[in-house]
Amino acid sequence: MTTAAPAAGHLVLENLTVSLAGERLVEIDAAVGPGEILTVMGPSGSGKSTLLAAITGTLAPAFAMTGRVLLDGAAISSRPTHRRGIGLMMQDDVLFPHLSVGANLAFGLSAAVRSTEERHARVEAALAAAGLEGMAARDPATLSGGQRSRVALMRALLAEPHAILLDEPFSKLDAGLRAQIRGFTFDQIRAAGLPAMLVTHDQEDAAAAGGPILPPRSAG
Amino acid sequence: MGSKAGVAASGSRFAARAEAGLRLAPAFTLLVMLGPVAAGILGTLGPAFGWLPALGADTPGLATFKALLSEPGIGISIRLSLVTGLAATAISLAITLLTVAALQGTRVFNVIERLLSPLLAVPHAAAAYGLAFLIAPSGWIARLLSPWATGWERPPDILTAQDPAGLALIAGLVVKEVPFLLLMTLAALGQADARRRRLAGLCLGYGPIAAWFYGVLPGLYAQIRLPVYAVLAYSMSTVEVAMILGPTTPAPLSVRLVDWMNDPDLALRLVAAAGAVLQMLLVAGALILWRFGEIATARLGRRCAASGRRFGGDAWLRVGAGSLAALCAAAVILGIAGLALWSVAGLWRFPEAWPDTLTLRSWARHGEGLLAPAGTTFLVGIASAAIAALLAIACLETEYRYGQRPTSRSLWLLYTPLLVPQTGFLFGLQISASAAGFERGLLPVIATHLVFVLPYVFLSLSGPWRAWDGRQGLAAACLGASPWRVLLAVRLPMLLAPLLTAFAVGFAVSVGQYLPTLLIGAGRVATLTTEAVALSAGGDRRLIGLYGLAQAAAPLPAFALALALPALLFRHRRGMTVAQ
Repeated sequence: MTTAAPAAGHLVLENLTVSLAGERLVEIDAAVGPGEILTVMGPSGSGKSTLLAAITGTLAPAFAMTGRVLLDGAAISSRPTHRRGIGLMMQDDVLFPHLSVGANLAFGLSAAVRSTEERHARVEAALAAAGLEGMAARDPATLSGGQRSRVALMRALLAEPHAILLDEPFSKLDAGLRAQIRGFTFDQIRAAGLPAMLVTHDQEDAAAAGGPILPPRSAG
Repeated sequence: MGSKAGVAASGSRFAARAEAGLRLAPAFTLLVMLGPVAAGILGTLGPAFGWLPALGADTPGLATFKALLSEPGIGISIRLSLVTGLAATAISLAITLLTVAALQGTRVFNVIERLLSPLLAVPHAAAAYGLAFLIAPSGWIARLLSPWATGWERPPDILTAQDPAGLALIAGLVVKEVPFLLLMTLAALGQADARRRRLAGLCLGYGPIAAWFYGVLPGLYAQIRLPVYAVLAYSMSTVEVAMILGPTTPAPLSVRLVDWMNDPDLALRLVAAAGAVLQMLLVAGALILWRFGEIATARLGRRCAASGRRFGGDAWLRVGAGSLAALCAAAVILGIAGLALWSVAGLWRFPEAWPDTLTLRSWARHGEGLLAPAGTTFLVGIASAAIAALLAIACLETEYRYGQRPTSRSLWLLYTPLLVPQTGFLFGLQISASAAGFERGLLPVIATHLVFVLPYVFLSLSGPWRAWDGRQGLAAACLGASPWRVLLAVRLPMLLAPLLTAFAVGFAVSVGQYLPTLLIGAGRVATLTTEAVALSAGGDRRLIGLYGLAQAAAPLPAFALALALPALLFRHRRGMTVAQ
């Protein structure tokens, strides 16, 4: 595949490789457009988490990376994690246990939104979009798995990322809930017009994403 | 992104400066912790070899050591230090290992675990007084047995506390060191894969204790070696426990050193410095001896394991080990109860187990005198524990941000202040400070406390800090939170309970410091501990009870805060109780 021209609203992995002690773990060249979901699929140990670490900027020093990660046309590989504009949803929802549901969402909301009422309204709107009206004061530990997933997604979206990574976000949900949360997540991402990358080992997830499917190591 | 970039730029200068400060934290912390130790040792060496121009001693040589060795009874003092130190360490370690081997995974073990922190928080001096009140000829044990079992109508004329062989001193050290070693062993158990290794032995038919000693101990000992060495160094050189429970004619080396140091005859300071050097050599020699003992024991253990004997009938040993651990706990707890009772005792004739009357007279008469030393104790304790906590957080955060791995070398550095006998460097600091005519006050005392508080605060905090789930930090960073916001808004709140516990541990360590307060404060900084230990010569039991109880109670508010504040703040956060 040829390198896509840098463009707004695109997440581009340009000839990205990651090696550890001479062994190549990741080799990928891909571009994801707004509202598009690229799926990277492979069994565990196939370099998926290494690829995620390369994009979020959390590779350990022992790893060697070549190539570029472009977001909206700008190379972000040298930026610290919090300045990359990359949102992340993990296998476990990782809601902060010391904060209420509302405070978790407000943590994601940009500080540029100054007024208390405005912040409040944005949090409530996010809760409503997730079907969780009036749950701002709740302890996240008291929510169900599906509710926690939705809060985690809304929190990631409130931070207004320019792309979003999904790291096996549905694997801990039971079968019935899984399809529902998956549909909700993909709908929200498409509605926000974000380029997304889903990392999974699950065929169904990959099929539901409806985008291209790549292995983490696709030489040439 | 335009407005975001603007906000980031204005904050970035501060962030860059803070970042630079953070990078210096480990070096600065080492300097604060080891600088006084190194300077103090140098300051001890000069006078020890007869060089202290301020006192007119300017001919270096070995004359001071000759003078030291010609002091009457010096041989006995040296022997007492060596024997009591080695015996206390060996007995404490044996009780600790047997207890864990016998009781790991039982319900009794959970009870012991819960008692550890409060027992550890009791200062050595208070525990020693408590034990003295129990075992003295007129103490609680003799009273409970008299006259019906012993026939004593008056206290017998025997030396139980302060016996010439140092048995009471050994007991006083053991009851305090067992909880410490138990805590360190428990912390190491998780990393030694203890449960599965013990089970493997059990399934081969080995008795529980043999299964633990053969399967778990070899992998575990490396992790408790430094704490054991610290116990050995402390036991050989303790001043306050030896003053309260140790023999007096002659006293163990450490006590005599302090006497010489405080003697009006300034020439004796040179002898004291020489003695401090001797004590450092003794501790170094004992540590080497202990290391050889470890190697020999390991060899013996391997030979024993190859014999295939199962030691299946160890029920009696398990009961025995549990009883010894319980006895240690009971000695401290009943001892404190004894202090409390004496502080409110009216008339209390000998064979009676309970005072005739209870009165608050002692508290009314002396309670006001407690206030000033209590205030100083809290001031020094809060300051040193807070500084130590800040430095520990800075070091751990540096380690986390720059992906550094803790090494065994850094652990050795951390333990250095606990391995050098206090007399060894405090004398040097004291001599140079008084020779230079430094103004004494609270600040030097706080700085010296910090030397001992820092290692404990760091050890207490580093486990939970490093065990923190890094995905929380990743989640926050992917929401746009800077490393500082992750630290302040996510990590520190989540680690509030272990942070407050580390602070409480540091505060308790500071409260218990005797020699640093006495020497560096030049006798002018009075804390509950210096006041309590100073009473040892007098023998007014009501007063000792009062000060001992106040000293033992001083660390409690800090521990209460560490329990109550997180429970209150996070009472509606179920996830926070699991996290700890």
